[in-house]
Amino acid sequence: MNNNENLYQFLLRCADDNLIAGQRMAEWCSNGPILEEDLAMVNISLDFLGQSESFMEYAASLDTTGKTSDDLAFGRSEREYYNHLLVEQPNDDFAVSMVKLLFFSAFQKELYTALMEGKDERIAAISAKAVKEARYHYRHASDWFERLALGTDESLRRLTYAVEELWPFTENLFETDEVYNSLFAEQIVPDMKSIREKWMTTMREVFSNGGVDIPANVHMYAGGINGYHTEHLGHLLCEMQYLHHAHPGAQW
Amino acid sequence: MVNIVTIPNLQVARDVLNNIPDPDIPVISIVELGIVRDVEIKENKLVVSITPTYSGCPAMYFFKEEIPNKLHEAGFPDVEVKVTLSPAWTTDWLNDQTKEKLRTHGIAPPTGNAMEHLAKKKVSCPRCGSSHTALRSQFGSTPCKALWFCDDCSQPFEYFKCY
Repeated sequence: MNNNENLYQFLLRCADDNLIAGQRMAEWCSNGPILEEDLAMVNISLDFLGQSESFMEYAASLDTTGKTSDDLAFGRSEREYYNHLLVEQPNDDFAVSMVKLLFFSAFQKELYTALMEGKDERIAAISAKAVKEARYHYRHASDWFERLALGTDESLRRLTYAVEELWPFTENLFETDEVYNSLFAEQIVPDMKSIREKWMTTMREVFSNGGVDIPANVHMYAGGINGYHTEHLGHLLCEMQYLHHAHPGAQW
Repeated sequence: MVNIVTIPNLQVARDVLNNIPDPDIPVISIVELGIVRDVEIKENKLVVSITPTYSGCPAMYFFKEEIPNKLHEAGFPDVEVKVTLSPAWTTDWLNDQTKEKLRTHGIAPPTGNAMEHLAKKKVSCPRCGSSHTALRSQFGSTPCKALWFCDDCSQPFEYFKCY
């Protein structure tokens, strides 16, 4: 593997995380619990898609086979996707989607802040833009966490269920491998341990504000960044890629 | 025979850009919004650098077509639109005049600077000026706006987010 292959791989991870998170969030379009929330979720989805495009275009510029960002988004299969397992989990309940957004936006907020200081100028520029969006997402999700936690017995029950469902996918966000480590050695990406520490500090604060316990002794899932996914990603891709497969090269 | 060499006139180009309205907020131009970062001439080619407000701003596709179209009409045959990401767009680039235009259009302008983006703040109703207002949602009809409500006019209004 040369340096560009590692960079290419990392860019796809960032692009895929955002694309899959955006697609999931877009499933809420017209299904939101209230109009304002419906609008909020599609706005957030749009941010994810925009961020994904920025990373995907950078990846496409390194692709030696001449693939475009659309080819990468719509032409790869499940095992060629490198997003984290958290983002592909189904929406299920509104509380599940908000807890997922909380875990993910708190992660992105720290990662982007650190990437802004990294040695790759294009990644730093994308991150400087994206971090502002991630902060708004985090604010939205943490507000809902508190509101659901301190709301009614029913909202707390649903929130607790969401936390139990999704916490096992959180350690995966901080997983590193030789691709990541080589970029870390080049000072392009940050030390993942410090990102995890900052993330945990944020979680302790949010959970304590809502009076909810952080799950302990949970089995943590691994994968995603290596192309191995839960069963949900394939179904998501079927829907997301259908139009492009039915009409190859379609422009809209 | 006189050979006329046409050198693109930067001021004319800037005037053209000053008259391209933002598609979502037509009272302000793409220059006032801070989308246009630079206009320069490179080897008789006019190069316009633009930056997106938000990563997923759909208006970027519109700008990439509209800017060359309008400049072609004004007599610039060779136009390139370049997208730059750094420095990241911020509402700090909106001047007071632009903010006033937003307000008269019924959109509360951003208050404070971008570093205070998430601070709890007072936003005045753009219609009646009342400060008895409340945030309804951080996300409004476009990525750059939040939804507020005025308790005095009992009407919702949009706030251009500090960013």
